[in-house]
Amino acid sequence: MDEKKAARLQKLETEAAALMGKIRAEDDIEKKKQLIAKRERIQSQANSIKNNRRISREAKRDLVAYSFIAPNFIGFAVFTLIPILFAFVLAFMNWDGSNAPSFAGLSNFARLPQDTFFVAALKNTLIYVVGTVPLTMIASLALAIVLNQKIRAKGFFRTVAFFPYVASLVAITAVWSMIFHPSKGPVNYLLLTVFGVDQKNLPQWFSGGLVLLTLILFSVWKYMGYYMVIYLAGLQGISGELYEAGSLDGANTWQKFLYITWPQLRSTTFFVVVMLTINCFKVYDIAVMLAGGGDGKLSTSATVLVYYIYQNAFNYWDLGYSSAIAMVLFLMVLVITLIQFRYEKKISE
Amino acid sequence: MNQTAKSKKFRSKKRAAILGKVGIYAILLLITACMIVPFLWMLSASIKSDREVFQMNPFVWIPEIPKWDNYIKIWTKIPLLKFVENTVFLTIVVTFLQLLTSSFAAYSFAKLEFKHKNALFLAYIATIAMPWQVYMVPQFIMMRQMGLNDKLLAMICLQAFSAFGVFLMKQFYEGIPGELCEAARIDGMSEYKIYAKIMLPLSKPALSTLTIFTFVSTWNDYLGPLIYLKSESKKTIQLGLKMFIGQYSSEYGLIMAGSVLSLIPVIIVFLCLQKYFVEGVASTGLKG
Repeated sequence: MDEKKAARLQKLETEAAALMGKIRAEDDIEKKKQLIAKRERIQSQANSIKNNRRISREAKRDLVAYSFIAPNFIGFAVFTLIPILFAFVLAFMNWDGSNAPSFAGLSNFARLPQDTFFVAALKNTLIYVVGTVPLTMIASLALAIVLNQKIRAKGFFRTVAFFPYVASLVAITAVWSMIFHPSKGPVNYLLLTVFGVDQKNLPQWFSGGLVLLTLILFSVWKYMGYYMVIYLAGLQGISGELYEAGSLDGANTWQKFLYITWPQLRSTTFFVVVMLTINCFKVYDIAVMLAGGGDGKLSTSATVLVYYIYQNAFNYWDLGYSSAIAMVLFLMVLVITLIQFRYEKKISE
Repeated sequence: MNQTAKSKKFRSKKRAAILGKVGIYAILLLITACMIVPFLWMLSASIKSDREVFQMNPFVWIPEIPKWDNYIKIWTKIPLLKFVENTVFLTIVVTFLQLLTSSFAAYSFAKLEFKHKNALFLAYIATIAMPWQVYMVPQFIMMRQMGLNDKLLAMICLQAFSAFGVFLMKQFYEGIPGELCEAARIDGMSEYKIYAKIMLPLSKPALSTLTIFTFVSTWNDYLGPLIYLKSESKKTIQLGLKMFIGQYSSEYGLIMAGSVLSLIPVIIVFLCLQKYFVEGVASTGLKG
């Protein structure tokens, strides 16, 4: 046993000595740092063998670090990581949640293109994303720029713009469905009396072809305050000197925006667009509450992917199929996020 | 001659600046109106009778005889008190756990060196882009297996350990100079003490930001409780309100009174913490 230890010690010490030589010869500071760290590790290993310590300093350090992470990580692993893995498996199974599951291969995915309700849900979700992402981005950027000026009552305006974001969805969708009520609401009343729109031409905001537009408008209204705050934080990171230099060169407001603000905000915009896209694909409660009526059922004109995931899982107990739809959702989010990452990288190079 | 031209130019510049200011305020007022009118409408409708709510000609914000008893009736029509209790309990527990465990783990990721650090952090990052809706079904099956179906505990497990919280706190801690921790270590402070005595007091903006996000999302969550909480005594205020709207869809005044009540706590929390908010978002790297 002791011999073994001595041999190991010998080996570590020669290794450390060899590293020392390398460190002397190395010119690149980064590499030098790495080598020094490596040598320190080896030396402390040797030290712990010499001092007969059972736990090396590294092991202790690791244990302390893990004890910080553990409370969160255990919960995260059990309630997030494992279900995610489970979801991938489930998409290839047939299961009703109580009887024994059976392997289904790709048949769940093969059913998707023939399912008209799924196709409608996919189409609506995509339209919703394509409509909401750019509109919210532009609105929140414009609002952030305005609120970043020297104006009075800035705090008040910011707070008000953020209100819809913190307000609960059930409450504000209830208000919206009253304000946009097709026969009794004030919006249609104004259209009727002030703008002279015919009674029979009054827009049916929550059904048919208009419902997606209503969802998009609602989302922009609700979420622009949140992204405005992110843009505000981004704007405050831009140095005032850039604008002074721009003024000296005689740049007008629009040129300053185009050549200073917009390029400086690139990484913020990237973040905003990625988050917006992910959040838009998740749309469910907005659709159910605005277009679902009393029983919360969505028709083909207003259905979205998450609604159909929910339906298949908790109403039809077709868990495999529901997971297959969830995979489609995941893949779309993944692909779009990757494209955006690629694009961001290409531009920054 | 030259002087007058100059002053003319100066004056026109000034006029343009004033015009610009007026334009900015006009836009701001318009946006603010769009943002706030639905809330004012909600307040106004909550003290009206069902017939008055949609009365347009003439439209009044405050009816002649305000129906304050809408705010009393709503408590008896549905077990609102129970719903409020459940939601308050859930929100406070989830927010507390989220702040504690996230800041704890984030300290380790930001300021300590250890084995498998990158792999562990990657596990968190990889799930940030993963919508919860993708794995909500298998998660429900697992929770049911654990006997958590229809229990408030299920909602706590679901919302208390998010990758988002760890990410946010880590970004913030990385902005705090490592020398602070080094100095404390040399003084013989343990890592736990450094976390509690140095890092936590410095992280008010980040903690406030995370509190707002967690509080708002837990208080307002609808789909989670819809899946897990089935019996009426377990329901949250969002589920309860939605249930009420489904049952009494034409009791407009009462619906609005309930809505106003459901907004009050989040708005209070937001107003209390908002002074740290922009700073918090800026320093947690949320801006990208």
